[in-house]
Amino acid sequence: MPERTLFRAVRLVDPAGDHDGVTDVLVEDGMIAEVGVGLARDNAEALDCDGLVMAPGLVDLHVHLREPGYEHKETVETGSRAAAAGGFTAVCPMPNTDPVTDNVAIVAEVRALADKAALCDVFPAGAITRGLEGESLTDIGEMAEAGVRLFTDDGRSVGSARMMRLALEYASAFDVVISQHAQDEELTQGWQMHEGTYSVLLGLAGYPAEAEEIIVQRDLALAGLTGGRLHVTHVSSAGSADLIARAKDRGVRVTADVTPHHLALLDEALVGYDTNLKVNPPLRTKEHRDALRSALGGGTIDAIATDHAPHAIEDKEQEFDQAPPGSTGLETALAVVLTDLVAPGSLSLSDAIRLLSTQPAGILRADEHGGPVAPGLPANLVVFDPGAEWVVGQSPRHSMAANSAFTGRTLQGRVVHTLLRGRFTVREGEPTR
Amino acid sequence: MIKHLLSINQLSRDDVTRILDTAESFREVGTRVIKKVPALRGRTVVNLFYENSTRTRISFELAAKRLSADVINFSTSGSSVSKGESLKDTALTLQAMGADAIVIRHSSSGAPYTLSRWVPASILNAGDGTHEHPTQALLDLFTIREHFPVFDGLRMAIVGDVRHSRVARSLSLAMTKMGGHVTLVGPPTLIPPEAAQWGVTVSHDLDGVLPGLDVCYMLRVQRERQRQQFFPSVREYSRLFGLDGRRVGALPGRAVVMHPGPMNRGVEIASDVADLPRAVITDQVTNGIAVRMSLLYLMLGGDGRQAGSESSIEPVQEALPVPLPDAESDQESATAVMPRA
Repeated sequence: MPERTLFRAVRLVDPAGDHDGVTDVLVEDGMIAEVGVGLARDNAEALDCDGLVMAPGLVDLHVHLREPGYEHKETVETGSRAAAAGGFTAVCPMPNTDPVTDNVAIVAEVRALADKAALCDVFPAGAITRGLEGESLTDIGEMAEAGVRLFTDDGRSVGSARMMRLALEYASAFDVVISQHAQDEELTQGWQMHEGTYSVLLGLAGYPAEAEEIIVQRDLALAGLTGGRLHVTHVSSAGSADLIARAKDRGVRVTADVTPHHLALLDEALVGYDTNLKVNPPLRTKEHRDALRSALGGGTIDAIATDHAPHAIEDKEQEFDQAPPGSTGLETALAVVLTDLVAPGSLSLSDAIRLLSTQPAGILRADEHGGPVAPGLPANLVVFDPGAEWVVGQSPRHSMAANSAFTGRTLQGRVVHTLLRGRFTVREGEPTR
Repeated sequence: MIKHLLSINQLSRDDVTRILDTAESFREVGTRVIKKVPALRGRTVVNLFYENSTRTRISFELAAKRLSADVINFSTSGSSVSKGESLKDTALTLQAMGADAIVIRHSSSGAPYTLSRWVPASILNAGDGTHEHPTQALLDLFTIREHFPVFDGLRMAIVGDVRHSRVARSLSLAMTKMGGHVTLVGPPTLIPPEAAQWGVTVSHDLDGVLPGLDVCYMLRVQRERQRQQFFPSVREYSRLFGLDGRRVGALPGRAVVMHPGPMNRGVEIASDVADLPRAVITDQVTNGIAVRMSLLYLMLGGDGRQAGSESSIEPVQEALPVPLPDAESDQESATAVMPRA
């Protein structure tokens, strides 16, 4: 294995370095050694990258790796492999494990599993409340000292306005972010899909967009009140995007992410009761989807995050109302963004990388990730073929799960190499370990 | 003809007419001393009921038996399901035993769709959650046709808990498909505004609607909905939306009163109203058997072609209904050995 790899004639898209153009990139001893046209080095393995794109490794603010507790759905190792296969070099797994990641011991356990897998940097999120029960704050300070940068009760909303206020206030001492899964539980009792024409037609209990917007509105007010850092994860409604845009205008410290499936799919796809399309928050109408797409371009939404939610086959092969919500996402995110947003021209490739890497790395304060791709910095990189087509299969690839909302779809954009600190985690499309 | 009956939406206007016409010829079978024809001899129909529904199950059972099919009733209590068997495993088990058709009643909307992806048998939706109950809608149309020969321009009100009613969905879709006008009546909490997109009218004023009706269709109101506060009290519901003697008087003389049963006498319908000659509720029950015979026949035995067949329903006059005792004729045997899909 040569210590030097020369990527020849690759289109480097690096928003942090304000670079978009064809160049050579030399990686040496885990670091970017040189970027420039016509590089030549002895003892370097040269890879011809004509037609390929290089970008800083992707960063996912929202994944479920299921370990500890749900190893029949996914493990840190298989999830890390799926992440690498999808071009990610850093992910933030949610704390709704069993036991809940609400203390430093579980954080350390998840980290140790990630270190052993060595396929992707893993930044475990900590719970806001003990056991995700919404009643008492976790030891946020201790977890922050241990390196946790994002806290969330994801899977559930922090329902109490008082608890949310305290979390935002308390966490502001540690420069960590409080991420909210915004869902009014009472308005969404028994929910199965977006409330609208199709929920009525299909006889499925509705989850109105307003159930999200009410919590977003409340949390934005609380972030304004406390000066705390709020992140709204998986924004799904036009109204939420509008509220966030206006809060940003008045200087509230808020960031937000949206999933590839909310950017690509609509509630009407549920007419066949396909449980892979049951996600939380639910797929909504074209009006909502188009508003989310606009919010990406306008700077309202800061990141695209997958909400990778693997489930076992028997979990999803059930009656619709008994199947748990969630879609996998790590292995399809880049291709969905390229196919549905970049190829039709609604998002530039540079903005796509900004949303998939640079900005989420900033929110997570993952300094080694997100670029710039410049000499002396760690070589966390993805190289992909933007035109290569592939079909999302019904069988698992690298994740243990195959519950993709995109099953059966032809996507364009295939990851060729992923490098974590200069080491190939994916090479020629295949994970190296 | 369709392979599965999952939703009224699958049927064309011509399909509905064929189903009703075929049911017409089967109705006569129920009046014979020997109520049986050999049309589905050798075929196996499974009634897979995840919810208790004695009347629907018996209706399907009688329909299949009158067509000489073998009938298996699989109810979930006391079976493998109560031991935690999944819908998929239950379905595969029934398939392995050679089910040609599975009639499914389930509390989950969409369960028949899911089932149809797992097994090659024909699936008949006998009511799924708050989604649809297509055979109920078809038997209702059949009953309406006994009183009004043409659906075009007929005016029907469906009164009650439309939000949670699979009957209301199927019947609205069926009635509008056939050219009738449907008004959904009930408190706003029980009528989703999106229902207007089915091509129906929405009203919250029963008294204003009654004088123009041909059919007044009352839905069962579950007391559970009052506990969930969809309406403040049963008394108030009954005062605003119950069909009592005074309100029946506001209906035109030709109008009929219908109810899918089981009734809450004194809540959505007054007891004396339910027993009026114009209340055709028991006719609905009787007609249910003929309509279900028609569906089973057309889907399983009609012309031997099922999934992917381009043709719609074939005329059935020659093949049925044939009296049973001389059951060995060539014609009947031909019907009985139709190839499976």
